[in-house]
Amino acid sequence: MLHFLQQLGSSTRTSFAKLGRATFFLGHTLTGVVDVAIRPRLLLNQLHSVGVLTFLIITISGLFVGMVLGLQGYNILSDFGSEEALGIMVAASLVRELGPVVTALLFAGRAGSALTAEIGLMKATEQLSGMEMMAVDPVNRIVSPRFFAGFLSMPLLAALFSMVGILGGHMVGVGLLGVDDGSYWSQMQVNLDFYDDIVNGVIKSMVFGFAVTWIALFEGYDAVPTAEGVSRATTRTVVNSAFAILGLDFILTAMMFGDI
Amino acid sequence: MDNSDISADSLISVRNLSFSRGNRKIFDNISLDIARGKITAIMGPSGTGKTTLLKLIGGQLFPEQGSIVVDGLDVHQLRRKELFNLRKRIGMLFQSGALLTDINVYDNVAFPLREHTHLTESMIRTLVLMKLQAVGLRGARNLMPNELSGGMARRVALARAIALDPMMILYDEPFTGQDPISMGSIVHLIKSLNTTLGLTSIIVSHDVAETSAIADYIYVISDGKIAGQGTPKEIAASESAWVQQFMNGNPDGPVHFHYSATDYIEDLLVSSHPPARIAGKQETFKTDESLKAKGLKKTPSRKRGRSRYRRED
Amino acid sequence: MQHTRTQDTLVGLFVAAGIVALFFLSLQVSNIRSFMPADTYVITARFSNSGGLKVKSPVSVAGVRIGRVSNIYIDKETYESVIEMSIESKYDTLPEDTSATIYTAGLLGEQYINLDPGGSFDYLKNGGRIEITQSAIVLEEIIGRFLFQKAEE
Repeated sequence: MLHFLQQLGSSTRTSFAKLGRATFFLGHTLTGVVDVAIRPRLLLNQLHSVGVLTFLIITISGLFVGMVLGLQGYNILSDFGSEEALGIMVAASLVRELGPVVTALLFAGRAGSALTAEIGLMKATEQLSGMEMMAVDPVNRIVSPRFFAGFLSMPLLAALFSMVGILGGHMVGVGLLGVDDGSYWSQMQVNLDFYDDIVNGVIKSMVFGFAVTWIALFEGYDAVPTAEGVSRATTRTVVNSAFAILGLDFILTAMMFGDI
Repeated sequence: MDNSDISADSLISVRNLSFSRGNRKIFDNISLDIARGKITAIMGPSGTGKTTLLKLIGGQLFPEQGSIVVDGLDVHQLRRKELFNLRKRIGMLFQSGALLTDINVYDNVAFPLREHTHLTESMIRTLVLMKLQAVGLRGARNLMPNELSGGMARRVALARAIALDPMMILYDEPFTGQDPISMGSIVHLIKSLNTTLGLTSIIVSHDVAETSAIADYIYVISDGKIAGQGTPKEIAASESAWVQQFMNGNPDGPVHFHYSATDYIEDLLVSSHPPARIAGKQETFKTDESLKAKGLKKTPSRKRGRSRYRRED
Repeated sequence: MQHTRTQDTLVGLFVAAGIVALFFLSLQVSNIRSFMPADTYVITARFSNSGGLKVKSPVSVAGVRIGRVSNIYIDKETYESVIEMSIESKYDTLPEDTSATIYTAGLLGEQYINLDPGGSFDYLKNGGRIEITQSAIVLEEIIGRFLFQKAEE
């Protein structure tokens, strides 16, 4: 019993210490906005590796998710004779939930783990130390551009995901199953609100982008600089990101759509 | 070591420095001076915190006690900006080279120039080529770091370290893991750069022969203390048994071949109840146990112990 | 340098695609016109029963949406429900004697307000009030009335 309490105490202490380090790290990262403003090329390079390289997986997944939604939605809605509501069903699920959440999960798996591994390896190979000794702040120079690139990429990726998904739903619903093209779009337009749905979806994806990139970069920066340490950090990135995304999603949904 | 005032010809003065990691004291109240324009070597076995000393000098770590004064500036009292300005005048060669892996050799050497100067690209090009020529790698400028051998990577890192014409260079284990030829070229480079550029060099190493060949002054560190100091000749003639063991690489001496443990025979006999302290090694004990159960004779233990030690090494 | 140029192009493409997607969602998927608070004016109408009408329910004339319900509350003295509607400014020629009716889209669809323009040449202005209203049709009432009539026969 005493042993258990001891363990509980020490793990609480270490997790709070980690949270503290992560917060300082975030603050330090945010000061890098100056570096990014002076050297936009840094951001551009990172937009390439964070955004462009995630583009393909996002669009392909979005297409399939949209197609599946089209099929499933049609099956359920046709039981009630309201197939024309397929458009709003596909669009609302994508714009409000699946777009931001699935994109963030894919982003954590594709870009987040890569960021952790990259930063962790740079630490392990003394590149970060080396930079510090060359009087260059490695957090501002290396971490910040990646952070802002992730933060900016996420809303764009989520929007792409939703758009491709809606088109995928259209392909299946209208193209294959014969839902009326006009009602597919008009139901969507009447029922989806620009502010409530689209803007909130974008806000969600920004929050997820912030959380995932923060977690990924911090895990890399905080990793034990060995092969094993980096691999563990990469795993932690994916797991913690998934938890963060889903937890935040509940909170945000409750704030935006629920009446809590 | 006396606590006399900083002598005029010393670039770095370390005074009463203490530093520990966890419960282990890495430096225990040491003081030393690094002479300007000379090559000073800090030697000692692995794990004595030689790299830590370099990081302390570079201001990456903070001491618990004591001060380090570099060129009249107390490193740990400086504000961030002042520290960064000091670092621009210090080149550091990391053990692994620490080249940025996503850019090529040319851009690596140009990196500090682009960061800290406002030179035009053509001037940077001239400087980069000069530095690369100095380390003999002008032809390798378009290679990526992962295409370089360990020795080449270290030479590129050296070119980068001298890019800003620093007043001193810190070498972290420059000779480790080098083949004889690249070792020779690095020894030669350190020596020639020191004389031609008028640098102050600090070499942290445990390669006795190479370091003794070029160092002007040597500090030998052991257990957080300075075990010996002097010119290579003085060190070689040191009366300290420890220094003798280290310099000559004797397997046994003041530093015992065996990691401290309980009596060997006793340990084997009580193997059915392994002491908690070495619980991690249970598997070995199991083998011993099973051997005993089968009534087999133990393998000649000394030999086994030795070969295992070698494998782990 | 060639490498960076391709990279720039790809980043440009990525950002452009993302922005296109955002515009697509705003314009094609949702109705962005509702997100222009400056370009609307408010009129009110009183109903004895506003049924299932909600904030953001559509307001339409002849089947074309011209605004949304922006607020619903009870008049504490008359116990009527007061509906505020934001009407897009370009539809600023609603006659004063326009009448408002709460309809249901389809049998189970959502409720909306239909405006039936009258013949007056004076138009409703910001803060204006529609006098002629017809409340929501409450299904239970109709069924009840129908059963009552049947019983009487």
